[in-house]
Amino acid sequence: MSQTQRYVFEGSQQGFATTRLEDLLNWAKKYSLFQYPFVTACCAMEFMALASPRFDMARFGAEAPRFSPRQSDLLWVVGTISQRQAPILKTVYDQMADPKYVLAFGTCASCGGFYDNYTTLAGIDKVVPVDVYVPGCPPRPESVIDGLLLLQDKIQRGDRTPGIVKPRTDPHQVAKALAEHSPLVPLRTSKS
Amino acid sequence: MSKRVLDRLNQVFGDAILETHSQHGDDTAVVEASRWREVARFLRDDERCAMNHFIDLTAVDYSDRREPRYEVVLHIRSLEKLHRVRLKARIGEPPSIDSLAEVWAGANWFERECFDMFGVDFVGHPNLRRILLYPEFVGHPLRKDYPAQMTQPLVEYRPEAIGKLPPFSEHEGMPFGRQTHDRAAAHVNALGFTDE
Repeated sequence: MSQTQRYVFEGSQQGFATTRLEDLLNWAKKYSLFQYPFVTACCAMEFMALASPRFDMARFGAEAPRFSPRQSDLLWVVGTISQRQAPILKTVYDQMADPKYVLAFGTCASCGGFYDNYTTLAGIDKVVPVDVYVPGCPPRPESVIDGLLLLQDKIQRGDRTPGIVKPRTDPHQVAKALAEHSPLVPLRTSKS
Repeated sequence: MSKRVLDRLNQVFGDAILETHSQHGDDTAVVEASRWREVARFLRDDERCAMNHFIDLTAVDYSDRREPRYEVVLHIRSLEKLHRVRLKARIGEPPSIDSLAEVWAGANWFERECFDMFGVDFVGHPNLRRILLYPEFVGHPLRKDYPAQMTQPLVEYRPEAIGKLPPFSEHEGMPFGRQTHDRAAAHVNALGFTDE
């Protein structure tokens, strides 16, 4: 358990909190990720699902799309990037103002996917640095949300090394698998 | 039935029709390449054929199987008579054949694609340049002698980009390989496309 205590100031209360300027800035950055959607292929469908109310990207302060790279912080590369598009992607990235982040949405953007041929860029990291890779073809909205939270976490920590979203596991399935492999751990059922 | 179209072609053009066959409802005529446009125009204008619907045009590279190397394949249909035939023409190296863009307007972009992918020169085409790939691209990727995994990047890759595992060199596709990579790599090495 963390020993950190959290204080919440209500509107009528007065007080102060100390922090570092860097942390404050990072805190502000991570909740105002204006996005530039560079959407090229079928992953766009999942991206729409993510942006719409059911999964609701707006909860994380990342909902405002800006169709100018100069006003955006987060470049979503959603879909396959062909060699012919690579210079455009590079230009868009170069036009973005710092601080800027890149999220590779789906397998094609991450590594080229199954397009192993003359026409496809095998991963956007060949051209622009990537902060978070979200695997999946297409990724589930939950894993994209994981990716977004991972990115926010990395922004808060000031960490620019690339991160990959891990697959989610179903706790029930894990318990079941454990029970099958070791008879000493009984599967918890509703009766017990 | 589309066989009537083949009969009519045989009757009118005789020697220019090298062979015909009908299989699984597809009727095919192999045409002398020098009379390609003439046959196409006849099929469009003849009252009994009336092939007014251009469907598809592409090419096949038979480099490792037979001479002449290329085969241009045309699919056309008649919306009035409801029949459909496939025409083929065999052409050697360098591939060159008459353009059908003036016979069917739809052939225009298909011939550009065919030029892009196979390098077939369509004589008389109004605007024969690449349609899918970029102008800087060297070679024609669907030819059998184009290395299957060679890419031609337009922007320089970042030096810190994640490296490739052997046998792949930097300008090639994904770090994990297709099953035939040994054969493909040998082919690439033989052509001298390898990366130092």
